This record gives sequence, C-alpha cells and structure tokens, in this order.
Amino acid sequence: MKVDTSNPLWRFRGVTSAAMMFFAYLYLPIVVLIALSFNENRLATIWTGFTTDWYLVALGNDDMLRAAGNSLIIAVSATVIATLAATLAALGMSSGNRFRGEAGVAAMLALPLLVPEIVTAVATLLFFVALGVKLGLLSVIVAHTVFCIPFAYLPIRARLEGMDPSLTEAAHDLYANEWKAFRRVTLPLLWPGIMSGAMLSFIISLDDFVISYFVGGAGATTLPIYIFGMIRMGITPEVNAVSALMLLVSILFVSVSFLIDRIRY
Amino acid sequence: MSEVVVSARSVSKSFGNGAGVVKALDDVSVDILQNEFFTMLGPSGCGKTTLLRLIGGFEQATAGEILLEGEALQDLPPYKRPINTVFQSYALFPHLTVRQNITFGLEMKGIDRKKANARADEMLELVQLAQYGDRVPSQLSGGQQQRIALARALAPAPKVLLLDEPLSALDLKLRKEMQVELKRLQTETGITFVFVTHDQEEALAMSDRIAVMQAGHILQIGAPEEIYERPTHRFVADFIGESNFLSGEIFSSADGAWSLRVEGVGEVVLAQESSTGKLGKVTVSIRPERLSLGHESEQGTDRLKGVVANKVYIGTDTAYRIHLGDGQPLLSVRVQNANGVTGHFSEGESVSVCIPSDAARVLVD
Ligand SMILES: Nc1ncnc2c1ncn2[C@@H]1O[C@H](COP(=O)(O)OP(=O)(O)OP(=O)(O)O)[C@@H](O)[C@H]1O
Ligand SMILES: [Mg+2]
Repeated sequence: MKVDTSNPLWRFRGVTSAAMMFFAYLYLPIVVLIALSFNENRLATIWTGFTTDWYLVALGNDDMLRAAGNSLIIAVSATVIATLAATLAALGMSSGNRFRGEAGVAAMLALPLLVPEIVTAVATLLFFVALGVKLGLLSVIVAHTVFCIPFAYLPIRARLEGMDPSLTEAAHDLYANEWKAFRRVTLPLLWPGIMSGAMLSFIISLDDFVISYFVGGAGATTLPIYIFGMIRMGITPEVNAVSALMLLVSILFVSVSFLIDRIRY
Repeated sequence: MSEVVVSARSVSKSFGNGAGVVKALDDVSVDILQNEFFTMLGPSGCGKTTLLRLIGGFEQATAGEILLEGEALQDLPPYKRPINTVFQSYALFPHLTVRQNITFGLEMKGIDRKKANARADEMLELVQLAQYGDRVPSQLSGGQQQRIALARALAPAPKVLLLDEPLSALDLKLRKEMQVELKRLQTETGITFVFVTHDQEEALAMSDRIAVMQAGHILQIGAPEEIYERPTHRFVADFIGESNFLSGEIFSSADGAWSLRVEGVGEVVLAQESSTGKLGKVTVSIRPERLSLGHESEQGTDRLKGVVANKVYIGTDTAYRIHLGDGQPLLSVRVQNANGVTGHFSEGESVSVCIPSDAARVLVD
C-alpha cells in the first residue's frame, strides 16, 4: 500500500493495523465463503480437498434455477420501470423547473432509503392484502420497483445537476425543438447516469430478501429466499457455491455501474 | 442606407415577484442595423445578458417588444429564430466531435448530411482549425473551443449572431488576437454581430456602434469616437477612458459666445456645439489628453490658472494633476512626451491650462 504522507492521519501509530483489521472484518467472511465453496467435504466447515463439483450441483438444481429465474424476471422488470420513473422524476425536478413543494417531493423520493425495510415489507403486504391483490411475481415486481426508484434516481439526478444548462439552450439556439434537444443532447449526456442507476436498481432488487419474503407468496421464490431455505436444511458447500455465484454477478454489475458513472466528457 | 435588423421597443424585463423583484431592463429601445458590429457595454449586472437573452428568445420580455426585420418575435421559441448565440461558457456539446457540433444546427434545419459536412469544413477553415474536426471539445484549448463555438453559431448563416462576453475566459494575448479575428469574421460573413462586454477597450476596438448601459438603461448609443469624444452622461465619460468633471455655470457673454464659469477658478469659452444649449448650472466632461499646459503668463479666453499638484511620467505621456482652486477636484492633464511640448513643468509650479473650446462636453446629468 502506498502511504500518502501528506495525510496527517498517518502520523498516528496503529492506523495501518486498524485499517487492516477493518478490511479483514469486512471481507474475511466472504473470502471464507468462497473458499469453502470449493471444499470437497459435505460438511461445509471441514476442509478435505478442492473440487468444483458443488458448482455443477448448484447449476443442476432445478429449484435453484427456477428461483434464479424469478429473481431475474423481478430484477429486470423492477429495474426498467424504476429507471424510467426515476429518469422522468429527475427531469421534472431539474433546476429549470422550480415549483412549490419541490423540497418535499425530493425528500419523498429519497424516503424509501431511510424507512426500515421490515416496515415497508409489512406495510406493502397489508396494502396488497387490503386491495385483494394476489401475491406472486407481480406483487414482488411492484414492491421492488418502489424501493428501486431512489437508487435509480440519485445518480440520474446527480448527472442532471452537473449538466451545464446552457447546453440545452445551445441546442434550442441551433434549431432543435424540445424533443430533439432532449433526444440529441440531454439524453446522451444523461445516459451514463441512467445506466448507473439501472445497474444499482438491478443489484438492489436481486439482493432483496425481506420484502420479497413478505410479498412473494408461494409462487415467487427468489434466489435469496431459496438460499435461506437451503440453509435451514444445513449449510452445504452448494449454498456457498450459489452465494459465490450471486456475489460474482453483483460485483460485475456494481463495477460496471461504477465505471459507467465515471464517464466524463 | 442600412436597414434595421433587430429592434427593441420599450423593452422591460423583471425577475422575481413581490418584494424580491429585480428590474433587469427598464424601458430599453435600440435599433441594430444590418451588417453591423454592435456592442452592448456596461458594468456587471446592468442587464446586457438579459437583453441578449431576450433577443435570443431564452427569456420573455415583461413589457415592450422585440422585432426581427420588422416582425415581432414574441411568440417564437429560440429554435425558430434565425439567430445564433456564442455562449459565454461556449456550451459545446461534449459528447459530439467538433464537426458534429458544427453540423448540429444544420441538421436540425434539415440540411442533408453531405452539404452539412461541406459547410462544417468551410467553417473550420474560416476559424483556422481545419484539422480539428474529429476531436471532441475536451481535447481543445480554451481559445480553440471559442473558435469552434463561433464556427458552430455561424454555420447556419443566422441573420444575427449574439455573443455574450465570448472573450472573457481568454488570457490577454489570446483576447487581443480573437478581437481581430472576430472583427474579420464579421466583415467576411456580413452577419450582424451583437456583442456584449464590460471591457471598454474591447468595445472601442471592435465596434461599429456601442450602446453604453447602466442599471437596466441604455444611456448612449453611438460610434466609438462619438461615445469617447462626446459622452452625454457622466457615467459614460467615466466608464470609458478617463475624464475630468468640472461643475460650473454656463452664461452667454456680450459677444454671443458661451462660457463656463467655474466658481473660484475662472471662465473658459465653450464651443457652440459642445453645449447642449442650456444655460445655468452644468457639469462638463473634459478628456485629459485634450488639455495642454502653458506658462502661467500665457492668457486667453480658453485658459484657466492652476498649480501642478503632482506629475507622473508614464512612458508615452506625462500625467499631471492640476490644482485649480479650493473645493475643485484636481484636473488631470495628459501631455504626450514626444510632441515637443511647451516645456516641462514641475510640481508646485503655477501654470495655465488650455481648454480647447470643443474639448468640454456638457453632460445631461
Ligand atoms: N434568472 C434571473 N433571476 C433573477 N434575477 C436575474 C436573473 N437573471 C438576471 N437577473 C438580474 O438581472 C440583472 C441584470 O443581469 P444580467 O445578467 O443581464 O447582467 P449583465 O449585464 O449581463 O452582467 P454581467 O456583466 O455580470 O454578466 C442583475 O441584477 C441580475 O441579478
Ligand atoms: Mg452577463
């Protein structure tokens, strides 16, 4: 690690070891999980040899694949709807359009980030039951869309804030009407924010347990719920393998999202 | 005889409402002529950008109207006005190449790609950046971006080009170059330029006519020489170059000449046309370089007596400050050094100041 000596923090003893311990605390469990997914022994905690069989077992498990399929359908649908809504919200809230109660609307958009998930889950469940909505994939998609919106909204909003308002004016100045200016200037410049927001939404949805568990019902078992069910039968390397695969997908998406968001013209 | 291209008629513009209302423009009228380099000059916040944005269609006037070739523009959105803008921040599209930036307006007007590209090349040639078509704006220097912004705005051959302090972000040397360049482009394209600046030298050097603005009003419109030599307002005389202000009383003497009597100092004759024809208390503006110094023994109807309070050698000129009398501001006199002046005067020496009869301009306020 390269130490930046201009940072006064490094004058204190033990900063390095504290940082190391912090990272170990964060990542050691994940490293262990991945390592044990290659363990030959059926008892996940005793190492007897290296194998990739558990991955084959996991990928051959129909229930697991069905759960993964559900997760994918839910995540993709929720992402598309949430990103679309978030984009429109961000455009509506952009600095050009001041309106009364704007701060209130902005707070409401971000609120789902702060409300405890269990509260949202219970409330959503009661809401669906009261409305007589049949629990299943659709109800999960609706619930996921709601909590994905703030995640999609924030990066899009940040992009829009950072955009020079005279760019839109320049487009109008050069004979582009509202739609063409949006299509040719605003949207391309916003695109990295939109992609980044979409990827975040996707991961958040893929990852969700509590809300899916409450509003999913029998027909909508998602991957996290399936993993939870497997663990109750006992921790096998197969669980580790499935988890490791999920982690891989998450890392991929988060990295791409991060890279896209760094695009600067 | 030049035709009027843009005309503002009693235009007012206010921002905000209630107690926080700001009157950015107050009853402004101006006619801008065909093929003219027209400059709006004034200090920060006087409403220059606002007037430009009204012409461009980015703001709506609170009162009054703006005409383009005699037609009211009020209901036309910016994208329907044959007017282009060079923005202060350049506002080049960062996701497009230089060439795509230039063809943007052409494509929006429905010109086919081939013609648009040819026109873009022509424009790149015009701003002397022919090899830069495939770069993106972030790969260009400030001065180059400036030229591309110009090329982009000129490409659709607008009737009027609006430029909002386009040179303010450039360093001094580049700014001087671009002043010449802009003037050349204006002459070559024959497009009416409406240029905004708060730099009086820039305005004097480039403009066919200048409108001097202050606090939402246009005080004076005229050619650079006119604005400089015959300012109508104290603000104009002060904002453009250096000026002396003498307060006194105008009276018409027995022989029919007009004279200015400065309390406790003396009298000087004024040329007929430099007075606005009013008698009584006035303030006159006199440029320091129009004054000259002579030996105290020299006398005449065009002279006032004074004492050299201080003198500063500034290369081409010597700047004198002359004490005329108690309660009067020191009179600033510029004497060119190479010109074989009637002797050099030292501090504390009594002198007579020669005020040519047409050097003093009576101000309206
Ligand atoms: N969108 C706006 N909302 C409120 N007030 C505004 C707005 N635009 C301009 N003003 C006010 O109108 C007045 C004139 O502004 P304007 O931008 O036209 O000045 P300017 O002459 O271009 O100044 P500068 O040389 O600093 O660019 C200022 O007092 C400014 O604060
Ligand atoms: Mg301005």
